[in-house]
Amino acid sequence: MYQYDKYDQKMVDARVAEFRDQANRRIAGELTEDQFKPLRLKNGLYLQLHAYMLRVAIPYGTLNSRQMRMLATIARKYDRGYAHFTTRQNIQYNWIKLEQAADILADLSTVEMHAIQTSGESIRNVSSDQYAGATADEIVDPRPYAELIRQATSFHPEFSYMPRKFKIAVIASDEDRAAMRLHDLGFKLVRNDKGELGFEVYVGGGMGRTPFVSPLIRDFLPVDQMFSYTEAVLRVWNRWARRDNIHKQRIKILVHEWGAEKMKEKIEAEWQEILPNASDIPRKELERIATYFEAPAFDDEAAEEIDLSDPDFKIWVDQNVRPHKHPGYAIANISLKPVKGIPGDASADQIDLMADLAEQYSFDELRVTHAQNIVFAHVKKSDLYALWQKLDAAGLAPANIDLISDIIACPGLDYCSLANARSIPVAQKIAERFSDAEAQRDLGELKLKISGCINACGHHHSGHIGILGVDRKGTENYQLLLGGSGAEDASLGKITGPGFDEDGIVNAVATTVSKYKELREDGERFLDTYRRVGMAPFKEALYD
Amino acid sequence: MTDILRYRDDDAPMEPVVTISSFADQSNSSAVLIEAGDDVRDLLPHLDRLKLAVVDFPRFRDGRGYSSARILREAGYKGEIRAIGDVLVDQIWHMRRCGFDSFAPNSPLDPKVVEESLNRYEHVYQPAADDAVPIWKLRHG
Ligand code: HEM
Ligand code: SF4
Repeated sequence: MYQYDKYDQKMVDARVAEFRDQANRRIAGELTEDQFKPLRLKNGLYLQLHAYMLRVAIPYGTLNSRQMRMLATIARKYDRGYAHFTTRQNIQYNWIKLEQAADILADLSTVEMHAIQTSGESIRNVSSDQYAGATADEIVDPRPYAELIRQATSFHPEFSYMPRKFKIAVIASDEDRAAMRLHDLGFKLVRNDKGELGFEVYVGGGMGRTPFVSPLIRDFLPVDQMFSYTEAVLRVWNRWARRDNIHKQRIKILVHEWGAEKMKEKIEAEWQEILPNASDIPRKELERIATYFEAPAFDDEAAEEIDLSDPDFKIWVDQNVRPHKHPGYAIANISLKPVKGIPGDASADQIDLMADLAEQYSFDELRVTHAQNIVFAHVKKSDLYALWQKLDAAGLAPANIDLISDIIACPGLDYCSLANARSIPVAQKIAERFSDAEAQRDLGELKLKISGCINACGHHHSGHIGILGVDRKGTENYQLLLGGSGAEDASLGKITGPGFDEDGIVNAVATTVSKYKELREDGERFLDTYRRVGMAPFKEALYD
Repeated sequence: MTDILRYRDDDAPMEPVVTISSFADQSNSSAVLIEAGDDVRDLLPHLDRLKLAVVDFPRFRDGRGYSSARILREAGYKGEIRAIGDVLVDQIWHMRRCGFDSFAPNSPLDPKVVEESLNRYEHVYQPAADDAVPIWKLRHG
């Protein structure tokens, strides 16, 4: 895992001091809320329905046990004893007092964490593959590149007052576990014919009210030029994006208006202007960063067999455990989606327990996934049973990864001031309806995603089944979408037709699922069946 | 007239400021106003007679002017770049890094507070138009 040196630490400490000063000026009334807003938004502090909300960055979703414990401490000390893992691999606290915000940031800085650029019109935390460094299907570990670009885009003087937010993802496998093509800028590591490392670069993806899957803008960018090319993308967007309508300022809109070809020409031309100024970061710095991500000392004697004689354990292994590049190890997913829970929420005690277990069983490292779950990337197969027992005792062993009850949901009307409808109760009702383990497993991979309004924080556009809360004449109403995907086969869901009330949407999901079971052919996931047969049969089942 | 906060040793140019589109034709002008939507690259053929570039920030959230300044510096322009309009103290550090060396905002700045905020961050993560040495360079000597 990356560790701060004195420079990184000084930057973060300076930011805490700066924010403390700004917060004090606000509390003393020297700054109006209008003047304070852009400043707090550079530090992850939102004003919500009931309180301030603080979003803490977890770079590319990776953290160690010490950091995880601090997240628990903050939940206890400054919040109500729990926290919420987000779809961008970060964590949020929902009940924050302005008077304490600077203290929280100071506490975070003691474990090399911060909330810098986690909100507002900034270059946000970089996301990546939660299986990085552990999965056999990656070309290299993408995280050193994510860390490099994280540093280079932190406090960037030219790009701190941009048209809108800007999100970057870096992956290194064909399987896309980070929704890379739904980011403003996506990097996929590839090798060219000569065996050299580079990136496929994708520009202009995003969700929100006008979702787009990003087009490929460059098929090979040498890795050493990652930063200068990023600056070119940012500069083209910063200069030429609309500034007159907040809903049309993301880079995806510019790509859509210009078309991918023109966007590509503009970026290439800008890049040629930037290149002579040599902003790129030398290879030795990448190498320095990469040393922090070297594989841990795996035990080559570790047993390759897992004793699956306990049937409940076997179900968990089948559903939540994935192959590791080392034959004696496995990747274990911890689902934060118990049937009656709130998707992505964890209590301070659970967070502490996961920290302890990661220290004991996974080389002191945890990952947050965009599906709002936790990953232990390097667990010895022979330790899996002990790990599972401890997780199970703490309510952390739902065996539902990628199943219908592994729901992504935004905070919705229970917390969010922008919401039209509640997301959490709908997620809970659906999870309850499909709580039967056998039945869920029979349905197979089925990604259900819920947003409480058109901003799409719950990724509803990219759900195999998506649910969108809308406001219909002052009552909560839900639209159903089918056919989205945030993976390597990225696509956007389509609305089925008129919306439903809260119970109606739960029934509509059940109807959709029954139709799928009726129509599916051997081995087809819901998404495959939908893509083969189209919307019509589902529509008929829902509305006729 | 607003006070001008300047980080230059020469005398402030007093010539009248013209728009980018007039600048090309008025071969005796040496000061230009760059508005947020302007393409600052239109100026590049005429840099030899430019002494003052005034960059307007209609709203502080409109960051186009940062790119305008950097492009001028990248093209080798050594004259004054002045930020006017909705410019707040919290932006001065980034603006200095992008090549701005004078400030005449709508609401006057307190030079003491500006000085404090300019000294807040000892280091930077990336090269820009100033001479700050990026952290990666410090790391590798
Ligand atoms: C409760 C406070 C929150 C507020 C006020 C909020 C606000 C917003 C807004 C306004 C957008 C639309 C941005 C745009 O289209 O340009 C957005 C997008 C998004 N938010 Fe949130 N959000 C909140 C919480 C969350 C949470 C808890 C998550 C994760 C679970 C999240 C993840 C996202 C994601 C992934 C997007 C889509 C980004 C894209 O368009 O590419 N947000 N949010
Ligand atoms: S999707 Fe809407 S309701 Fe849900 S968190 Fe985002 S802004 Fe709030």
